[in-house]
Amino acid sequence: MNSEKNPKSARAGDVDSATATELVVGSSLWRDAWRRLLKNKLAVFGMIVVVMIVLASVIGPTVIQRATGYAYDVIPKDTRLNKSFAPFRSPEGGFSWTHPMGTDNAGRDILARVLSGGQISLMVALIATLVSLVIGVSYGAIAGYVGGRIDDVMMRVVDVLYSLPYVIIVIVLLALLPAKTPTGQLAELFFALGAVSWLTMARIVRGQVMSLRNQDFILAARATGVSTPKIIFRHFVPNALGPVIVYATLTIPTVMLSEAFLSFLGLGVRPPRVSWGSLAADGAQTLAIFPWQLIFPGVTMALMLLSLNFLGDGLRDALDPQMRKQ
Amino acid sequence: MPDTTTNGTLLEVKDLRTYFETEDGVVKAVDGLSFALKQGETLGIVGESGSGKSVANLSLMRLIPEPPGKIVAGEVLFGGRDVLKLSTREVRDIRGKQIAMIFQDPMTSLNPFMRISKQLMEVTQLHLGHSKEQARAHAVKMLEQVGIPDARQRADSYPYEFSGGMRQRVMIAMALSCQPELLIADEPTTALDVTIQAQILELIKRLKKETGASVILITHDLGVVAGMTDHIIVMYAGKVFEQAPTAELFARPGNPYTRGLLRSVPDPLAEQGSLYQIPGLPPDLARLPPGCPFAPRCERAEDICRTEFPPFVQLTREHHSLCHFANEVYAESKGGG
Repeated sequence: MNSEKNPKSARAGDVDSATATELVVGSSLWRDAWRRLLKNKLAVFGMIVVVMIVLASVIGPTVIQRATGYAYDVIPKDTRLNKSFAPFRSPEGGFSWTHPMGTDNAGRDILARVLSGGQISLMVALIATLVSLVIGVSYGAIAGYVGGRIDDVMMRVVDVLYSLPYVIIVIVLLALLPAKTPTGQLAELFFALGAVSWLTMARIVRGQVMSLRNQDFILAARATGVSTPKIIFRHFVPNALGPVIVYATLTIPTVMLSEAFLSFLGLGVRPPRVSWGSLAADGAQTLAIFPWQLIFPGVTMALMLLSLNFLGDGLRDALDPQMRKQ
Repeated sequence: MPDTTTNGTLLEVKDLRTYFETEDGVVKAVDGLSFALKQGETLGIVGESGSGKSVANLSLMRLIPEPPGKIVAGEVLFGGRDVLKLSTREVRDIRGKQIAMIFQDPMTSLNPFMRISKQLMEVTQLHLGHSKEQARAHAVKMLEQVGIPDARQRADSYPYEFSGGMRQRVMIAMALSCQPELLIADEPTTALDVTIQAQILELIKRLKKETGASVILITHDLGVVAGMTDHIIVMYAGKVFEQAPTAELFARPGNPYTRGLLRSVPDPLAEQGSLYQIPGLPPDLARLPPGCPFAPRCERAEDICRTEFPPFVQLTREHHSLCHFANEVYAESKGGG
């Protein structure tokens, strides 16, 4: 199409002309992406759920403790209460708001435990993602840009680390450095998950940079005399950012799942601390009699993972500059 | 400002050789290119795909990917200084400021994540030390100069909001932002449709006149160079096959290859008949025959062509041809008109 002649010809009846001019007048990439994201219903749903679960996990435990006196590790002194009650069931058999998700075998409030578990799960995911962003992106960008033998060596290191199952890494780590406290073990868990989470990111960024390296606009930038660091940060990084953000949002659920898996095996979070994985492990043992002990942590986690995936997909679509508004 | 110590010659290339190491052996992409370009002149480099014309020009700005490429010999004297001997920093100062480049495909030569204005501003902020406001004003001015309507508003668009022709205009605006002394246009119209081609060529012509820049125009389209250039270099298989002033080359080609090229231009007046085409394909640069690289496709090839590399014959003061029978071909051209 030849739009050179008169791009402003606002044809009458052109429904899109108002938004088109609006688009031309200073629409930043991020604002555009945000607008596109808001048009994606699943992504908006995902975003709302993620925000709600994060908020609930952050402030929920405190609120519950204020309201009912229960926390994730509070076992009622009254021995008659040390058994599992169904959701909304009072010890007397009537309706009660005290335990909306019921209690576990020791009488601990499951809602408080799920929300506290959320804190741990989110923290693990956040730290691992941060590691993957910082180490993965710079490692991959360097390997991709420098290329040659250095790239070979760097990527073989990644391959070797990749081939080690993280479960083995965690077991070896725990065997070599037996944690004395639950917090210590948590730190080791963070370390182990962080150590493997950047590998894929490094590969993705390397691939991105390598494919961009031969693009004409990189050559054009070099032909205008732009220096190497500026080329990397102004031309490479923004162009690789879309996949990076998308992969980061998709790393979060993966890492959460890994954490849950490790905790389920008893290698992760140690009691009295809880995570969604350890809660599910506890609940699974009494699934037939007290299903709510598994259902609530399980559903919360599933909802979170699903929402994060929706959000990640939505971001991927929104950040693609070729995507025109539909 | 143009350096005048070199007698009006802006760029002098002497025996430039750029080779690539590949798995098939050494590819001599450019093998012995020499020319001189005066200020304000336009040089056309013509050749088929893979004849080394783009590599030659990337070599001038030291933009050859190394490895596998390497400039193994030659001098590129720009304003009296040998570009090939300068430090990386000095070359970077020349790029974009004194020598600017326009690429073949406008669809891919703009950063898709950067606004047009930003990309234009980057150049002048870098080379002219413009402040943000100055650079912006300059960018809008340049866009107006290359004929982008509503430049002030359109400046903040992203490349995808522009058509191919407009993007090429943006590339030209970017290339001319710092008033370079030399503009290298690498097939600037190949990716555009015919009407836009004409517009872009007119634009380059006009801006060249206004700024007094020298231009190197790389193309495989003889029609493009005919109306725009002062001199023409015909390249084949990395070698210069013929080098002559434009009018002379068209009137009296001294090389069978050039003759073949000229014959394969469609003649709008010809009533009927099939369009001439040089038989065969360009050779594999890693496996060149010992003789003339064009011999297998040449109409008048003789035994000597297949065994001995042809000499670079001087026909007139400014007219050279790489052929065993250059003088004969030259003489024939005169007769045949």
